[in-house]
Amino acid sequence: MTIAALLPEIPGCGAAPRIAASDAGRATVTTAEVTTAKVTTAKVTTERGQREVFCGLTGIVWLHRKMQDAFFLVVGSRTCAHLIQSAAGVMIFAEPRFATAIMEERDLAGLADMNDELDRVVTQLVARRPDIKLLFLVGSCPSEVIKLDLGRAAQRLSRRMMPDVRVLSYSGSGIETTFTEGEDACLASLVPELPAQAPDAAPSLLVAGALAEAVEDQFSKLFAGLGIARVAYLPPRRACNLPAVGPNTRVLLAQPFLAGTARALQERGAALLTAPFPLGAEGTTEWLRAAATAFGVNADRFETVTALPAQRARQAVARTGARLAGKKIFFFPDSQLELPLARFAAREMGMQIEEIGTPYLHRQHLAPELALLGDDVRIVEGQDVDRQLDRCRAARPDLTVCGLGLANPLEAEGLATKWSIELLFTPIQGYEQASDLAGLFARPLARRELLKV
Amino acid sequence: MQLTLWTYEGPPHVGAMRVASAMRGVHYVLHAPQGDTYADLLFTMIERRDTRPPVTYTTFQARDLGGDTADLFKRSVRDAYERFKPEAMLVGASCTAELIQDDPGGLARACNLPVPVVAVELPAYQKKENWGAAETFYQLVRAFAGPHVPPPGTPRTAREPGDTSRRPRANLLGPTALGFRHRDDVREICALLGRLGVDVHVTAPLGASAADLARLGEADFNIVLYPEIAGQAAAWLERNFGQKAVRTVPIGVTATRNFIAEVAALAGVDAAPLLGEQTSRLPWYSRSVDANYLTGKRVFVFGDATHAIAAARVAADELGFAVVGLGTYSREFGRELRAAAALHGVEPLISDDYLDVEAAITAAQPDLVLGTQMERHIAKRLGVPCAVISAPVHVQDFPARHAPQMGFEGANVLFDTWVAPLMMGLEEHLLTMFREDFEFHPEAAASHLGATTQAAARSAENSRMDATPEGAGARALRWAPDAEKELGKIPFFVRGKARRNTESFAALQGLATITVETLYDAKAHFAR
Repeated sequence: MTIAALLPEIPGCGAAPRIAASDAGRATVTTAEVTTAKVTTAKVTTERGQREVFCGLTGIVWLHRKMQDAFFLVVGSRTCAHLIQSAAGVMIFAEPRFATAIMEERDLAGLADMNDELDRVVTQLVARRPDIKLLFLVGSCPSEVIKLDLGRAAQRLSRRMMPDVRVLSYSGSGIETTFTEGEDACLASLVPELPAQAPDAAPSLLVAGALAEAVEDQFSKLFAGLGIARVAYLPPRRACNLPAVGPNTRVLLAQPFLAGTARALQERGAALLTAPFPLGAEGTTEWLRAAATAFGVNADRFETVTALPAQRARQAVARTGARLAGKKIFFFPDSQLELPLARFAAREMGMQIEEIGTPYLHRQHLAPELALLGDDVRIVEGQDVDRQLDRCRAARPDLTVCGLGLANPLEAEGLATKWSIELLFTPIQGYEQASDLAGLFARPLARRELLKV
Repeated sequence: MQLTLWTYEGPPHVGAMRVASAMRGVHYVLHAPQGDTYADLLFTMIERRDTRPPVTYTTFQARDLGGDTADLFKRSVRDAYERFKPEAMLVGASCTAELIQDDPGGLARACNLPVPVVAVELPAYQKKENWGAAETFYQLVRAFAGPHVPPPGTPRTAREPGDTSRRPRANLLGPTALGFRHRDDVREICALLGRLGVDVHVTAPLGASAADLARLGEADFNIVLYPEIAGQAAAWLERNFGQKAVRTVPIGVTATRNFIAEVAALAGVDAAPLLGEQTSRLPWYSRSVDANYLTGKRVFVFGDATHAIAAARVAADELGFAVVGLGTYSREFGRELRAAAALHGVEPLISDDYLDVEAAITAAQPDLVLGTQMERHIAKRLGVPCAVISAPVHVQDFPARHAPQMGFEGANVLFDTWVAPLMMGLEEHLLTMFREDFEFHPEAAASHLGATTQAAARSAENSRMDATPEGAGARALRWAPDAEKELGKIPFFVRGKARRNTESFAALQGLATITVETLYDAKAHFAR
């Protein structure tokens, strides 16, 4: 039986606000209880204070590699350009497929018409990179504050440059999105562009969320084994190969941060399958099972296809993660992957969860994860970084999963850390990556044992 | 609006963070959205600092914009004071908060904190990181040293030469957090001054507290290590305290010797004993016969103005390289850079557009690039050796070892790091003599640089250096097969140049086909 099937709709959570709301003000803590029917009672605390999370622009760092004929033009400030460059860090292999149109004093003072300037920059860019087929205009904090309408700019530019270049827009601004929500906004902006499926089309599966190519290939093989032949991925490897969508599309989210994308796909008639996320043997099996159930795959066939790789994954995780059993882990909010990661750490490696911080909790998409985590887990939505650091220091976890700004200071205080961004840039989904995922958690502790200095 | 792929400098508030993080007991409250917290990683990851930068961000969100961002800012200031109990507060806004015009200075003053609050206004849509650092440092110096400025007309009580009651003392100005080798330069220059008999009174901003800034006026003179950051503050100190400033940047042997002489003159001490010592290996290494092969190596220099101008001088005068390009992204120092370029007989390149720099390097066909991490990427693509001489920095620019750029030890470091990427002298000859040795295949790189550079160089060379230039003359030219084969025997690192020279020679001669003879005629024609 699927975990998802156990979970009825959560009352009152369908219209969860995009950013955790709290009217109690900064640095005050409100507690909200979310009841997932009979299955579990997860206590979720909402915290508001200083956040220490990237903005949505950061998603460009992996999206521009994923879609090879797309280009991302941030319309923003020097800070935006510096952010992406710093976050990209060592990932500079070639000329990037992203750039920033930096707004200057004369733009803001109205001396230059912002739209004319944008058209000029886009023309310059397209002339330089004739290989661009899809151009995203990406909104930033400053462009949102001055209410620069990038949606209209995209339409105008598209009209001018189609069919050579299609222009779309989304916001990656830090006043509206955190970190991975940038990918959500990007994919959501693609959804209206997807071709419509014929009304009588055979049912097809759409996997949403950027995955490593190797992981996609493994999943495709598993789906083929299950007899699910029509499988497409969003985002596609080439933006010119957009998958079709319609009422016969079943959507399986590969990432937990795709609230807007899921909503947009549902508006196109697609049906959303709810499942745990494909991290670890258990998560992968349940994720695949959601698809298998939706496509009427019989139980025997499902067992035949998944039993062997699941067993292999469990064994590999047991070996790699052996040293982690009973160890305490603390998650700072970062990518929204925190819940599935914590579930994997607790259930497949026997770790003890001190706290799961997450920038935003989509209660409906995460319901199966909440169910698996049980009801004695401390989940904190939002952030007040100084208070969270106090709690972390008090808890003295064996491993702290946190962002790049916090890792070295915590290491210097004697706490072992794992950069959360590495969990996003490494292929961790699926059976064959389960032990790599365990390895990412195990390595900081193994290293501490090795070092004699 | 400016199209930007990579940027040499961050926004000005990052400059302010570099000053705040360098100091002790200063906390910076920055009105900024959450995305701006990325800047913390510059310090904790790139510089490997073991504490968070002393910065609180208000991280306002879209829903705050309607009403209470000002209130949020005041709460953040009060909370930060309560938690961190700093000796002084710095407040300001990043680019987004600048647009909502909340007046951080006024709001912070309204909080009535029991410590001094310094507001810095950094126009994010006009200025950049180094300007932000300079302005922040200047405002802090004014705020804390200002109350100690003597009334106008007060004669300066200078230390008399020969005064034995105390040693002369100097302030070291300019080093910050995240600076290119600032940590090591300070150590080197402090040691140098110690040997000269000069005390370092205050080093700032690196390691200084607000109370230290208040004492700046007590020093006999100032030393401006990094003009980009300390120039403005030093000028203010000179105007108000009558402190002279040493502005010679001690990068390279000659500049270090000039620096020592200048310091000694201001301090009233004898420089002769220190100048008489053999203090750097660079002069001998450069004169040793092994270094002959360095003669006339074409070098392209780009960086912040101070480091670029110094590097060009050291390259030409102390290593015998030929400077074929010189540029900076520091527009504020355009005049100085143009003067230096004129000295080396090259066109000055003053640009913060990475694409301009790439085009200039490609056109100059240098043997070595001395640049920033950006130029390192350009050089990698072109298959040209490169050494980093300036910010913007990368984690590699904070080596575990002591590796200053300044002083005599700094000169040693320059010699080593600039020469290491080049092909060794005899190896270069052997490659040319025995072209068909299977291990000396045409794509072979310097043997001490490992195999990885070979593939990179090969692909880069195929795509760029070896490419036929798109020009009117090139279109009509044809390479005869035997000439093409002969060209293939030329080591890869000069092959691009050989091809271009031959083609431009052929175009000059009006030839349609390039033969082996043309190749060698061209070689003779261009022989230097």
